[in-house]
Amino acid sequence: MKFVDEFRDPDMAKAILERIHTLVDEIPQAQERPLQIMEVCGGHTHSIFRYGLEELLPDKIELVHGPGCPVCVLPMGRVDDCVAIAEQPNVIFTTFGDAMRVPGSKKSLQQAKAEGCDVRMVYSPMDALALARKHPDKKVVFFGLGFETTMPSTALTVKQAEKEGIKNFYLFCNHITIIPTIKAILDSPDMYIDGFLGPGHVSMVIGQAPYEFISAQYNRPLIISGFEPLDVLQSLLMVLEQLKAGEAKIENQYKRIVPDGGNMQALRAVSDVFELREFFEWRGLGSIDHSGVRIRDGYAQFDAERAFALPNLKIADPKSCQCGEVLKGVIKPWQCKVFGKQCTPETPMGALMVSTEGACSAYYSYGKIDTKNIA
Amino acid sequence: MSKPQRTLKASTITMAHGAGGKAMRDLIEDVFVGTFDNDDLNKLEDQARFELADLQAQGQKLAFTTDSYVVDPVEFPGGDIGTLAVNGTVNDIAVSGAIPKYLSCGMILEEGLEVELLRRIVTSMRQAADEAGVTIVTGDTKVVPKGKGDKIFINTTGIGVIPAGVDISAENCKPGDKIIVNGFVGDHGAAILNARGDLALDVELKTDCQPLHGLVQAMLEVCPELHAVRDASRGGVATVLNEFAESSEVSIRLFENKIPVRDEVRGVCEILGLDALYFANEGKLVAVVPGDQADAVLDVMRAHPAGEGSAIIGEVIEGYAGRVLVQTGFGGERILDMLVGEQLPRIC
Repeated sequence: MKFVDEFRDPDMAKAILERIHTLVDEIPQAQERPLQIMEVCGGHTHSIFRYGLEELLPDKIELVHGPGCPVCVLPMGRVDDCVAIAEQPNVIFTTFGDAMRVPGSKKSLQQAKAEGCDVRMVYSPMDALALARKHPDKKVVFFGLGFETTMPSTALTVKQAEKEGIKNFYLFCNHITIIPTIKAILDSPDMYIDGFLGPGHVSMVIGQAPYEFISAQYNRPLIISGFEPLDVLQSLLMVLEQLKAGEAKIENQYKRIVPDGGNMQALRAVSDVFELREFFEWRGLGSIDHSGVRIRDGYAQFDAERAFALPNLKIADPKSCQCGEVLKGVIKPWQCKVFGKQCTPETPMGALMVSTEGACSAYYSYGKIDTKNIA
Repeated sequence: MSKPQRTLKASTITMAHGAGGKAMRDLIEDVFVGTFDNDDLNKLEDQARFELADLQAQGQKLAFTTDSYVVDPVEFPGGDIGTLAVNGTVNDIAVSGAIPKYLSCGMILEEGLEVELLRRIVTSMRQAADEAGVTIVTGDTKVVPKGKGDKIFINTTGIGVIPAGVDISAENCKPGDKIIVNGFVGDHGAAILNARGDLALDVELKTDCQPLHGLVQAMLEVCPELHAVRDASRGGVATVLNEFAESSEVSIRLFENKIPVRDEVRGVCEILGLDALYFANEGKLVAVVPGDQADAVLDVMRAHPAGEGSAIIGEVIEGYAGRVLVQTGFGGERILDMLVGEQLPRIC
């Protein structure tokens, strides 16, 4: 298939892998302990497992699967809020598919649907707006979720709703931003990450500049990376090349999609509609300053947080869950106490088990427990 | 026996059509008996009756199965719920090596269903039954109030005859066996997803719905000791292979780049982050064949209209009992697990 197979060429992968294997032996710090390279984005995690890349890499490279799966880092309290909205009369609650199974403290949206709530899966916020047009007698709520990748489409939908004077469309905004989170990880004392693969789709919106502090203040390389297996391998090679040269720069491997300056129109729509929250709660990582956005006063009429009474409770993660440590690369998924026991994809306790892009779910489904590490 | 003569004049189904009176009789005689039209059904007895001797002359064992069909939308490119209801049950019989003979047809209709739509579906059933060489010999109709069903649900039960000496079972897989599929996988699942219309993708995707008994019989002719065969309907090829691996306590290794998937289906999967190996098929089987006979079976499959695109996609191996492994294009390996819940599209 055009524009896909070119980026999955096994011969080219082999050539890159050979260079990775040679290069890693020439990096002094890799001889003392494995290099830890974090792929920030869940899309990368998915690719790495889907193509079995980890197995092809030298043992001296350890991939740390970062916080970039918005479904995974959604705290239980927010899911409870979703359910509370969905349970109100006359509401059609719309969501992206993979948020359906995220466990709340009592139930998931999927369970709420089974109990009779009108919860519908949509592919875009515009689908939710179309439902609002079609059902003027219902309150249609869209569960806005995701990083800067999905933020512009939500922002444009809110603007469109305003333009059309639609009164029954609401956004439950749970959009989050990646930069403060990377910073929080870099600031945590138990962190040993040597370099990063930066999120491709987020960068398509925000561009390269917001990452500069990672090289300037923390002296770590970050490569903005595409999602095909060859993209991931090439980006890893670029990280290694910097480590060998003792450099820490921000580079863009995904130039075919990511303009250095980002997408100004998208950014404008985002800043028109949203403003930073003082802090936002992340599952597994706790509260992170300025890591989420909310709807500006100018668009208050569309804000589900203002239109509905929400429990808005902070629900602590189950004590036995070690999602946070997995996210920071302190432990591997199978080292978590509940991994594969109380916590499985059928009955996820921790968020990382929920989405296929979550590290634990990927390890579990793709059988890393069997093939490598646990008898 | 000539068919009954009553006609149905109503344009939509009402509760009266399930109430046991004249309206129901009109519906049954005009739409069902009128279309299926065969001696067993035309008698309008409460049950079909078969001569045991006829069945015995054709084989040694009976195969007996049932399946319910609730697909949404009820009509889609390449078929409808009626085609599915016949071929699905025919295929569940066929993969045992049986020759399908008789089907029952139980219908649950939602009040308000258009009679024209029902007629189209019943006509599809008749056509599919003729193609598969089966007769629909008994049936039942119920009507549920508006909102208590979804247009139409169909249950079909089937009976087939297994010829002497055939022993196909999921427990028979042995290391060294080859895994064969009879063409592109995932077409039906992708076609249904697309026909729902939420994706608004401009692609031509058709269901692969077809009967498989002829193909299985052709395979048995060159290889009477076929080890395992199953149709890869709900849960797709991945699920069938996991069932085989578990039942036979073996491991199965697939070669990703040998699995036939249409570009259009791959496209749908790329966009939504789904895997065609989990997509439903309605005319695809997965066969486990002794290694030394795999090429002969493959040849005969490719020569059959229902198996033109057949390919060897993997092998049965020792170790990791119950696990299905996929060798990726890069030589990396991952595990192909049973699906958890339903496949949900990822968000970004």
